[in-house]
Amino acid sequence: MSAVEVRIGRKTFSQNSRQSHTAISGVSFALDEGEFVCLLGPSGSGKTTTLNIVAGLDTDFEGEVRFSDPQARDGLAYVFQTPRLLPWRTLFENVSLPLKGNPDADSIARSWLRRVGLQEFEHIFPGQASLGMQRRAALARAFATNPTMLLMDEPFVSLDERSAAEVRELLAEIWRTERVLTLFVTHDIDEASQLATRVLVYSKAPAKIVADIPLSAKGNAAGDALRNAALLRGKIENLVSLS
Amino acid sequence: MVLFSKLAVDEAESLPLSSQAPTPGSRSIVNRHGRTGLLILSIAAFILVWAVVAFIAQSRALPGPLAVLDRAIAEAASGQLFYHMGVTLARVAASFVIAMAAGSVIGIAMGRHKTLDLFFDSWLILFLNLPALITIILCFVWFGLNEAAAVTAVALNKIPNVAVTLREGTQAMSREYDEMAQVYRFSRWTTFREVHLPQLAPYFAVAARSGLAIVWKIVLVVELLGLSNGVGFQLNTFFQLFDVASILAYALSFIAVILFVEAVFLGPWQRAANRWRA
Repeated sequence: MSAVEVRIGRKTFSQNSRQSHTAISGVSFALDEGEFVCLLGPSGSGKTTTLNIVAGLDTDFEGEVRFSDPQARDGLAYVFQTPRLLPWRTLFENVSLPLKGNPDADSIARSWLRRVGLQEFEHIFPGQASLGMQRRAALARAFATNPTMLLMDEPFVSLDERSAAEVRELLAEIWRTERVLTLFVTHDIDEASQLATRVLVYSKAPAKIVADIPLSAKGNAAGDALRNAALLRGKIENLVSLS
Repeated sequence: MVLFSKLAVDEAESLPLSSQAPTPGSRSIVNRHGRTGLLILSIAAFILVWAVVAFIAQSRALPGPLAVLDRAIAEAASGQLFYHMGVTLARVAASFVIAMAAGSVIGIAMGRHKTLDLFFDSWLILFLNLPALITIILCFVWFGLNEAAAVTAVALNKIPNVAVTLREGTQAMSREYDEMAQVYRFSRWTTFREVHLPQLAPYFAVAARSGLAIVWKIVLVVELLGLSNGVGFQLNTFFQLFDVASILAYALSFIAVILFVEAVFLGPWQRAANRWRA
């Protein structure tokens, strides 16, 4: 049995009492332990909505999300499109807050801040940190909770290319050791090629899955990522425009 | 509505300036010294203008600063000043705490629940526009000339303002942080303390500071109308004796106490709440 089974029959957003917009229509997929699955699709195709449904933030949809271990739902972590760090708490406090009640919270938070390269900045507030540092702190917060599943919604968007590449490489490096089931939203083929073990391609709204592409390697080497990118481009070129 | 939001933002944005001193000797500290100097100069100029006008007028209706200071010292020495100020301050404190607590609960509830907001909005508008004097008279008529009536009257006058301010603050809270708290399984208490309270802090500060300013003025009216002690009662007595020096002595002494509370408690609390703002 898969770790998570997602079935979204229909998801609509009411624009007013008369009009509604169907974001997703008939999306089903299953996720296995140890997978890094990228949801790849054009903007507005319902990728973030899918993450919110899996996270339990959006419960107003037709369908169901089933976890093989019901307690796994309580072990999710979510890295949002914006870092969503509490601006009135230091980076250290932001990482340790979700660990409240854990006697080792402080040492876990410190060790994750060190792992993402923020050990010298743990006592600054998010407003004093660069966007790249905030993204790293958000990563640390997510991994510090030792999640059963990690949801990531275009977490490197709005970073400059170099910073995005650095944080992406950091994520790939952490993921290679943690191997936590990850569902990652992006519309960037190169990003998916570098990180994913499998790619689900969404059509434009109302979203359907138009391709389910396993990737042979996990971007361990530059050559793998290039091969993956070529494979992805070849397969999805005629299916969907990602712009 | 917009006005209250604006006020909150203004407060929030203006106060951190004084807490922005990253290193000793930086420009912020120089500015702080400059501001203090300007404040002293401004007060000195006011006293000088007052003294000159009083000297020219030579009237019982406008005693000079020294005459007022003499009266204040005499009232303080007799113990009367401290007694009446103490009584008034106790009433201010009781009314302030009740108004802040009740107003916050009502405002937050209305901010979070649209139906409650729609239902009670007209009530709020009614109470916001009810003249303070009417509430005071009605409370004295209904509950008698006693402490409970006085405190209730003052609190009732302030509760709608606190509720409106906190409602605006609650409605302005970010849903994104709520989602983060939900995903990371914050308890309800942790969500309130770590996510909601800091976002509401500037609105609490606005409500508290404007509340203090309004509450003490209404307390004086309540004392003047129906009580037998307190600064308001004393002012009424001195008014009947046409003793302007004593009126000014009490008024200025009480204002000094309120400014002290503002500077020692409310100001530092607000700066501490805003220390994270870069």
